[in-house]
Amino acid sequence: MSFLFIQFLNGLASASSLFLVASGLSIIFGVSRIVNFAHGSFYMLGAYMAFTLVHKLSGGTIFGFWGGVVLAAAAVAVVGALVEMILLRRIYQAPELLQLLATFGLVLIVQDLVLTIWGPEDLLGPRAPGLRGAIDIFGQSFPQYDFVLIILGPVVLGLLWLLFHRTRWGTLIRAATQDREMVAALGVNQSWLFTSVFTLGAFLAGLGGAVQLPREAVNHVMDLQIITEAFVIVVIGGLGSVLGAFLAAVIIGELNAFGILIFPQLTLVLTFLVMAVILVVRPWGLLGKPEGVVRGGAGAERPIKPLSPTGRNATVALLVALLALPMISGNYGLSVASEVLIYTLFAASLHFMMGTGGMVSFGHAAYFGLGSYGAALTVKYFGVPMLAALVAGPAVAGIAALVFGWFCVRLSGVYLAMLTLAFAQIAYAVVFQWSSFTGGDNGLIGIWPAPWAASPTAFYYLSLLLCGGGIVAVRRITFAPFGYTLRACRDSALRADSIGIDLARHRWYGFTLAGFFAGIAGSLYAFLKGSVFPDTISIATSVDALVMVLLGGVQTLAGPIVGAATYKILHVSISSYTDQWRTALGVIIIVLVVAFPMGIVGFIQNRLLRSGRVEDAA
Amino acid sequence: MDRRTLLKTIALATLLTGGQAGLASAADTIKIGEINSYTSLPAFTLPYRNGWQLALDEINAAGGINGRKLEVVSRDDGGKPGDAVTAANELVSRENVSVLFGTFFSHIGLAVSDFANQRKIVFVAAEPLTDALTMEKGNRYTFRLRPGTYMQAAMLVEEAVKLPAKTWATVAPNYEYGQVAVKVFKELMSAKRPDIKWVDEQWPAMGKIDGGATVQALARAEPEAIFNVTFGADLTKFIREGNTRGLFKNRAVVSLLTGEPEYLDPLGDETPKGWIVSGYPWEQIKTAEHDAFLKAYRAKFNDYPRLGSVVGYNTMKSVAEMIRKAGSTDTDKLIAAGEGLKIDSPLGPISFRAEDHQSTMGGYIGKTDMKDGKGMMVDWRYANGADYLPPSSEVAKLRPKN
Repeated sequence: MSFLFIQFLNGLASASSLFLVASGLSIIFGVSRIVNFAHGSFYMLGAYMAFTLVHKLSGGTIFGFWGGVVLAAAAVAVVGALVEMILLRRIYQAPELLQLLATFGLVLIVQDLVLTIWGPEDLLGPRAPGLRGAIDIFGQSFPQYDFVLIILGPVVLGLLWLLFHRTRWGTLIRAATQDREMVAALGVNQSWLFTSVFTLGAFLAGLGGAVQLPREAVNHVMDLQIITEAFVIVVIGGLGSVLGAFLAAVIIGELNAFGILIFPQLTLVLTFLVMAVILVVRPWGLLGKPEGVVRGGAGAERPIKPLSPTGRNATVALLVALLALPMISGNYGLSVASEVLIYTLFAASLHFMMGTGGMVSFGHAAYFGLGSYGAALTVKYFGVPMLAALVAGPAVAGIAALVFGWFCVRLSGVYLAMLTLAFAQIAYAVVFQWSSFTGGDNGLIGIWPAPWAASPTAFYYLSLLLCGGGIVAVRRITFAPFGYTLRACRDSALRADSIGIDLARHRWYGFTLAGFFAGIAGSLYAFLKGSVFPDTISIATSVDALVMVLLGGVQTLAGPIVGAATYKILHVSISSYTDQWRTALGVIIIVLVVAFPMGIVGFIQNRLLRSGRVEDAA
Repeated sequence: MDRRTLLKTIALATLLTGGQAGLASAADTIKIGEINSYTSLPAFTLPYRNGWQLALDEINAAGGINGRKLEVVSRDDGGKPGDAVTAANELVSRENVSVLFGTFFSHIGLAVSDFANQRKIVFVAAEPLTDALTMEKGNRYTFRLRPGTYMQAAMLVEEAVKLPAKTWATVAPNYEYGQVAVKVFKELMSAKRPDIKWVDEQWPAMGKIDGGATVQALARAEPEAIFNVTFGADLTKFIREGNTRGLFKNRAVVSLLTGEPEYLDPLGDETPKGWIVSGYPWEQIKTAEHDAFLKAYRAKFNDYPRLGSVVGYNTMKSVAEMIRKAGSTDTDKLIAAGEGLKIDSPLGPISFRAEDHQSTMGGYIGKTDMKDGKGMMVDWRYANGADYLPPSSEVAKLRPKN
């Protein structure tokens, strides 16, 4: 009994720090609709700054320690404010999720920055003065500092509640969370409101990181470790709901504390299983409401059109150039080109889901990875030839998408995206833990192409055929009646519903198709690399796909192709030349986002339109 | 086509045609490719890079190999096996390197090893610990320097069986390295001490340990001794929680890798006393060959070596010696030279076993202690890897024939 009580307290202590980070994320999203990928970076910066400041202020004293913690959080808040004013303010008018791309660029830069400033080694901060020891509870020791954390969570929750319900600023924030255009129309200075919200969110994330100082070594992967968990909590709690975030943090904290007693092997997946269940039962999280109205934003979308004659000529020219590539390129160049083609199809499949289907996915890697594993496993266990494996891979991915999609399409917006992430993580955990079948984290090796496709040239043509064919097929589907129906569901669910379209079913089919095409890309990838590892299903791969689509432009069909090629070529070439490739890539991404808020292709299209006509409706 | 597009096209074309730069110097140097997770694991890989750079300088200062200087082309894999294969491909296809070496993570080591097998090029794996690399998934092109998981665990078992403890609990990160380490440790322990009972096991996800909850769960099982495999940030969190909650009081702990400076130094004044660990007490090793290495390393980098530095140094030396002995960069000759290859390392002479291409580099086994708020190893001894190699019968059974 006493043991269970202590374990319960352990859960509460972890919940508090999770809550600090998640509440900031939730508030930022509620008001500005920004999916702030850099929130984990703020958390990490908070921890590092606390480490430095606590030392500077002589951490031995109570003032020195807590002063350092609060100053660190304040410093992070300043960083947050600057980021909002210098960067994000420029791109609020961009299509949804583009801000995510900018914050992704920030994540990369902060990673290098932290390494440069604080060095590669883990840094263990001092214990909190006066709270070094443990208290005896029913014969078990419990750290004094964890009591402070347990209290800190509810205190912050209470302060936030007062702030939101007893101040004018709070009222405005709540109003903006419900309908920010209306708030703006009533004469509230929106940019000031957004800056202040972002600053508060960054402060909370910084505080969350800073109070970790006495509990764990500060290290340079803290950012990515916390960010998914924070997202999970925000979504379980309901976007924009601070109380919901608190409840969700307690659930996740307790789940981890008790989960390891019952299922010690399930540590990887427990949170995501719970998120999946909660989202299936409550599509808007525990305390969330259907998403607020978003008007205007990027302005009306220009409907996509079949290729103009110029576009057709350009495509033919590109195809000729691609066919001729083996004549001028070396073997390495051809392998890189094959990889670019594979990612192009991967991005196009995600774009089909996001752009055409209106369903954002944070877990598209599931289908890419399962395609890889499907192909690799059939080769390993049935010894089938490569061509058969190239059929089996997409089939596996398609079936997975069929199953996962059935649940996902009932949701919308970020909730849908997070449910796809949950399924991707579950797939990841299964592949990772089922070592006897999938090879676990050591993966499957020896998946090389059949002799006829082994030469880089042959494999390149095979990739060109399958990926090019896949992209053409995706295009055809987009302009087929099914594609129009899908777009109708995206643009106006209500109208589509009222003319008798079965929304869920069409979106479900669209989801499955997207998974299938990602599976083709994944199967080819397995043979290109000769091996498959769980990281093909990881969040990092999903994020890569998202970055490619956003970089190219969501609202154009050529976007994912250009985005994938740009991102992949940049990545491969920069990392050959410098160890600071993350900074370089991050800066390039941010510059591209600010320069081309509609994506690269969107920008080119706008330019063409503007030169063609004096004034464009958009 | 405006200027920007033109520039882009040119850049792309250069990239795809494989930029012919560097050809001029290729004739008189031997090019060697190197890959590691520099951005994702800097704490281990940056000292490792210093290590091989030091060795490279020494080799070239002494006139190179067979009259030719060595040139290392190094790449970062970002911690991703797919990117490691791309880098390996670039090094082999575009840079025309004669040998590959490097890698830290087991799965990346396996990916590059399989690539080496496919492309028929020698790969000397520096740090990956998985036994599969030399056993189930071993191939004739792959050599491995660092003692694998089996060897690491076996070295500790020798000390652990001497403990009186009869009930044991284990805590290990939830992936292959942790699983295999626990499995080997349990098997070897139970074989020598059938009276031991295994009372609990904890499997925190790597990098995500819930310190308090894990410590409490272990304490509940009331084991007399604990076998720990967590490392890095997880270890620090585990130790701090364990210290606060008195988990380690009157309990023996046997812990893999904890004595390595990479993991020991961040612990500072939290370093637990009396743990049986494997590690690298660099400041106390007083052999002539280690002194020379230490002096050279400090002079060049103004820093002390970590275990990674020794691994990098030894790997570079092994590659160079392999080329020197083979008298050419022909792959088959390199493999023939590599089997049974002997080098003098800062830790003493080591050699590569012919049957599984595993080196006999060993490790230091001792106890942890603390002095002036810093962790250190005491009562240590060097465990020669040759004494802990997996039995030949086992290798013959598991290793694919080729």
